[in-house]
This record gives sequence, structure tokens and C-alpha cells, in this order.
Amino acid sequence: MAYDLKMRVWRGDADGGELTDYTVEVSEGEVVLDALHRLQATQTGDLAIRWNCKAGKCGSCSAEVNGRPRLMCMTRLSDFEPSETITVTPMRTFPVIRDLVTDVSFNYEKARELPYAELGPRDADGKRRMMQVDVERGQEFRKCIECYLCQDVCHVVRDHEDNKQHFAGPRFFIRYAELDMHPLDTHDRRKLAQDAAGLGMCNITKCCTEVCPEGIHITDNAIIPMKERVVDRKYDPLVWLGNKIGLRNKDNDGRAEV
Amino acid sequence: MATTDHGVTSAGRARIDARTLRQDRWWLSPLATFVVFAGFVVFATIRAFMGRDYYASPYLSPFYSPCLGDCVEGASDFGQPFAWWPLSAALIILVFPLGFRMTCYYYRKAYYRAFWLSPPACGVAEPHGSYSGETRFPLILQNVHRWFWYAAVLVGLVLTFDTVLAFRPMPAEYAVGDGETSGVHMGLGTLLMIINVVFIWLYTLSCHSCRHIVGGRLRHFSKHPVRYKLWTWVSRLNESHGTWAWYSLFSVAIVDFYIYLLATGVIQDVRFF
Ligand code: SF4
Ligand code: SF4
Ligand code: FES
Ligand code: FES
Repeated sequence: MAYDLKMRVWRGDADGGELTDYTVEVSEGEVVLDALHRLQATQTGDLAIRWNCKAGKCGSCSAEVNGRPRLMCMTRLSDFEPSETITVTPMRTFPVIRDLVTDVSFNYEKARELPYAELGPRDADGKRRMMQVDVERGQEFRKCIECYLCQDVCHVVRDHEDNKQHFAGPRFFIRYAELDMHPLDTHDRRKLAQDAAGLGMCNITKCCTEVCPEGIHITDNAIIPMKERVVDRKYDPLVWLGNKIGLRNKDNDGRAEV
Repeated sequence: MATTDHGVTSAGRARIDARTLRQDRWWLSPLATFVVFAGFVVFATIRAFMGRDYYASPYLSPFYSPCLGDCVEGASDFGQPFAWWPLSAALIILVFPLGFRMTCYYYRKAYYRAFWLSPPACGVAEPHGSYSGETRFPLILQNVHRWFWYAAVLVGLVLTFDTVLAFRPMPAEYAVGDGETSGVHMGLGTLLMIINVVFIWLYTLSCHSCRHIVGGRLRHFSKHPVRYKLWTWVSRLNESHGTWAWYSLFSVAIVDFYIYLLATGVIQDVRFF
């Protein structure tokens, strides 16, 4: 069944812009991205939108719908009352390019600062072996589609532009965690995560977890375990004492701080 | 409307003045947290400073356990090393459960949002001009959570012991019918203490630090099958850590209040046997 949907869409660029009202015909079962595409096809040929897969897998169509960071292609119109006005804005943490398209290069800069895995020597037969239970934890983090909604919602940078320099953000904390839990990696990233990546800036208020379209438990399974690993290294006198008297966690052997 | 040119209204970002465009009742959850926590803090503070009505044989209030100060007769199962302490005996030991909960990852989330508005809700701009998270004093002290966890395990053991003692027969004046015949009794107080101690353990064992200590810190689960198993169990409990945090908060308050009512003679214990 078709109906007229009222939308407010942010139009503009880095120099300024505003929320503009539109009415567009939509049908039940469509998503916000469909409505915007129809708007683009019928009324606003120059509306800038970034999208690609329309299946929640490419992470391109990130924006904010009624103030909440969402993938536009995964936000169903049926979640709203037909009479409700749906407001769509670009992500409010990154510089805007035009309309709904933002410049997310902040995230690629942060990705570059993160040292990749450094694997140890191969087994005698030239192969590398890992047990499934040892890689399982990290696999959750591989589901990330790099939509950067978690980076967008994180108040550390959303509300404090000046923190961007010292804060890698939740998407990269899961990467730190993944590598730190990697059974073959020889890097010890705890110091780096604490200092350069600004793990201590996160106050575990969990908004990243709330918005992640992949349902990754960013805070519980990555950030908090990383914070605990930092505590091991720095704030736990029992661990320190254990090291002194030779009761070490030998599982960390062979890792070098980066 | 607060215009903050360091946050969502920074230069270069899409020009939108509103702090948030959320239209749902995002303020409801932090408000509810604020009211309930504030209520608990007021109640617990009053009860902790009262220094009386915390023992109604055989029940000892969890706020006063272990009772190490100059406590009423029957309440001190671990002696009175602090008998010289002039204030309420609760104040000697409450620092441990208090510190444990204050540094708990779940409670941190709850009070950073509800009390410090940092942030009040997701996608709602916080009112502060600058932010350094948990990198500086005093918040860097949150890193000692693990220490409080070690203490919390001891507290849990003491409360378990108290619950066992809560099966003791009551003194004669409470006896019903033909008086005390058996060596065990169970009353509503016993039941409440059992429920409380179960929640306390669920809360303590589902702790993120516990999850890390039992196995989370390992890089090779395959080399530590037992710890891996433990980690799997704790991880499952951990998913509901926030729920246990709330339930155990309520259960502690309810047990204390019930004992208060008994001790002041307002009500009589309900006896099951
Ligand atoms: S939990 Fe930490 S990283 Fe995630 S949104 Fe909150 S402050 Fe940012
Ligand atoms: S962690 Fe989730 S929210 Fe963050 S970039 Fe990956 S998929 Fe998106
Ligand atoms: S278009 Fe690919 S995630 Fe939405
Ligand atoms: S008690 Fe909540 S995280 Fe430890």
C-alpha cells in the first residue's frame, strides 16, 4: 500500500545547510534509502547519497535517522508511524561533503596507525597452525563492515573534536582486541592501545555497541577485555608480584611491545 | 539550545544546531537510573550511619556484615577487632562493596550517563566542554576494579556464611506454638537472605574482571581447557551483568530493611518451620 511520507533531509555542504521538508510517495516494506532514492528520482536530482549494496553489508549508507546513527538501507519505514516525519541527516561526527555524504577519512588515518599482525616462525613443515577455540573470539570482530556508525556515535569524538587526534575509536578497539587475542601474533599492543589509541578515553557507556548493525559486542568483548589487559600490564600488583617470583602468565611469552 | 563549537557543531560538520534530533524518550532511562540510584544511596547512607537495628537474631544485615566494630551481641561472628571504632560498624566494611560497585564497568556506564551526562544517551550531545575519559585522576582509579573484585569474593563468602546462620533456631521469645524443637529454622528472613546471596554471587561472578581473570586474559584457550570452560560459563553470566547489578542492589536493600523492621519490632518474622 502506497502512502505519502513526510521527510526532512539535511541539504548543504561544509559552508552551511539546513533541514529541508519533502513529501514522497513510498510503499510499505520499503526502507529509508528507497524513499530517498525516489526523492532523488522524482524531485531532487542533485541529492547526494552514498550507498552501494542495499543489503546492510557494504557499510556505505551510514547516516542518522531521527537522530540515531543507522544504515539507511536497513531502516524500515514500517518501524515508524506513516504519519511521522522522518528526519535524515549525515553523520554528525565527520566533516560533511554534501547532503548526506560525509568525509570518513578520519577512520582510514586511524587504521593506518595500527600495526598489523607480526606472525612468528612457521612450523617445521612450513605451515602455520591455529586451534579453532583460539581464533573464535576474534572472528566476531571480523564481521565489521566498516560503516563507522560506532565511530559516529562515540561521544569522545562526536562531542569533542579535539579528541580525534588521540582517540582511535571503537572500530579500532575491536581491531586491537582481535590482534591482541590472535594466537600467532607476536606484538604486544597493550601500551599502544592505552597511549596512542586512547583506550582510557572510552568510558564504556556502550553507545558503539548499541548502534553496531552487525551486533558486535564492541564494549563487552573488545574494549573491556582490552582495558583489563592494560590493567594486567600496569595496575595489578598481583600480576607484578607474580612476575617477580616467576609465576608468570606464560601465555604472553614471545610477544614484543610495539 | 546549547551551541558547542567543539562538538557536533564544530566547523566542517553538517550545520545542525540541535543537540540531538532524537524524538524518542531518550531521557527516560537515565532519569530512572538517577532516581533509583539516588534513592538507594540515601537509604544506604541513612542505614549505614544509624549504627543500630541491624541484627535480629539470627539475621544480620548485609550492610553490617562482617560486624567488626562494637556490635550488638550475637552479630559478630568474626570477632570485634575494631571494637574501639566510635562510629557505626557498617562504615568499616562498606568501603569494599561500595568501591566494588563504584568501579564496576556496568555501574560506571549507568552513572556516567545518568549522573554525569557523559553522554546522557546515545546521539545526545553531552554538556561538558572538555573530556578526558578515564585517563586522569581520579577516574584513572577505575583501573583498580579488580582489587575490589578480590575483596568482593570475600564479602560474598561472609554473606554466604550469614545465610547459613540464618537457619539457626530463633531465640525463645520468637518461638511459635510449642517452642523450638529442632535445630534449624527457616523464616521469611532466611528466604530473603538466600535470594540476596544468590544475586550477590551472580553479580560477583559475572564481573568483567572475573571473566578476564578466569580465562579472558589467555591467548591460547586450547592450552587451558579448564579455564576455557570457566571463561565460557562466566561469559554467559556476564551477558546479564547489568541485570544482576540491579537485582542484587534491590535484594541487599530489602534484606536490610526487613531486618530493620524485625529489629525495631514493627513486624514479626514469618516462620516456615
Ligand atoms: S563505549 Fe567507549 S568507545 Fe564505545 S561509544 Fe562509548 S565511549 Fe565510545
Ligand atoms: S564495529 Fe559495527 S558499527 Fe563499528 S564500523 Fe564495524 S560494523 Fe560498523
Ligand atoms: S547500502 Fe550497503 S550497507 Fe547500506
Ligand atoms: S562488578 Fe561489574 S564489572 Fe566487575
